[in-house]
Amino acid sequence: MNMRTEHEIHNRRRGRNVGVGLMLGAFVILVMVLTFVKITQTDFTKAMGAPATQSQESN
Amino acid sequence: MTDITNTPAAEHEAQLGDYFALFKPRVMQLVVFTALVGMLAAPVSVHPVVGFAAILFVAIGAGASGALNMWWDADIDQIMRRTQSRPIPAGKVQPGEALALGVALSGMSVMMLGLAANLLAAAMLLFTILFYAVFYTMWLKRRTPQNIVIGGAAGAFPPVIGWIIATGSFSIEAWLMFALIFMWTPPHFWALALFMRSDYDDADVPMLTVTHGRPATRRHILAYTIVLAVLAVGTGFTAIGGWIYLSFAIVLNAMFLLGAYRIWQRDEDASEADNYKVERKFFRLSLFYLFLHFGAILVEATLRPWGLGGW
Repeated sequence: MNMRTEHEIHNRRRGRNVGVGLMLGAFVILVMVLTFVKITQTDFTKAMGAPATQSQESN
Repeated sequence: MTDITNTPAAEHEAQLGDYFALFKPRVMQLVVFTALVGMLAAPVSVHPVVGFAAILFVAIGAGASGALNMWWDADIDQIMRRTQSRPIPAGKVQPGEALALGVALSGMSVMMLGLAANLLAAAMLLFTILFYAVFYTMWLKRRTPQNIVIGGAAGAFPPVIGWIIATGSFSIEAWLMFALIFMWTPPHFWALALFMRSDYDDADVPMLTVTHGRPATRRHILAYTIVLAVLAVGTGFTAIGGWIYLSFAIVLNAMFLLGAYRIWQRDEDASEADNYKVERKFFRLSLFYLFLHFGAILVEATLRPWGLGGW
């Protein structure tokens, strides 16, 4: 008996899986861009400077 | 040999759109719009990427609470004509799937909002999800005829969350936007309940129309509309208002008050004679009412940098 490898249900499932894949991909890109923006917006000099000043004072 | 298309699983194979329908896309639109207005009306500017991400996570949180609502209410959704085509009663999505999706996306959206914006915004989103899914849906919706008032509170939090995303704190303006949606929801739904009578009755949901009668519902619509009109026009004199908003508010609230007054004046015989024409007109106006108020707040906020919006 012949079994078709492609069936309408496979197409429907493929559509759903591609949709989920695209959403996950978009989420990864969003988190990446968000991380980039957060890092470039944050002023790290203050946080980094605080212990340095302390250690200089102790010396 | 069994044909794959004849199996129940194949017949009810859910598509991506069926899962999306669990999120109540129309409610999500309102959530996104009001949260966005809340964020943009705030006196602190937000980086576009942070703002986009934050509003997206608020929308996902709202969608997740919608999925939890559909999971819990699947039994009554099956009875009501308006909700019979929802994914769970239609047999497209299993209740367990809706529960899993709702819980997972709730957790993800709260966590991501905390990372994207601030912890207070995330806490407020978590509170809103719990308020809607647990306090309203599971506890009070089937117990009290004030269910619409409580449900309205859940839908009123998004502009507050939007404001907190930008400022990291609460303010009177944010709570005025909350009050607009909170006071708008009961007249909007009670007008619907007046002309969609059998739906809620059949499902044994204690709507005011059933528990206190239809004349009482008409009185409630008028009372809430009067308070709403005072709040809506009063908002025009605050920091988020201005001439544009105030002009819109005066015209819209005069129309809304007139509609509520006409509903209050009518009895059931008059309403049935013209197939609830006045109630339907009031309901249609209520759809534009909220959109135009928040749209006017958005216009004021957009024009402010050029010295045109606000006072």
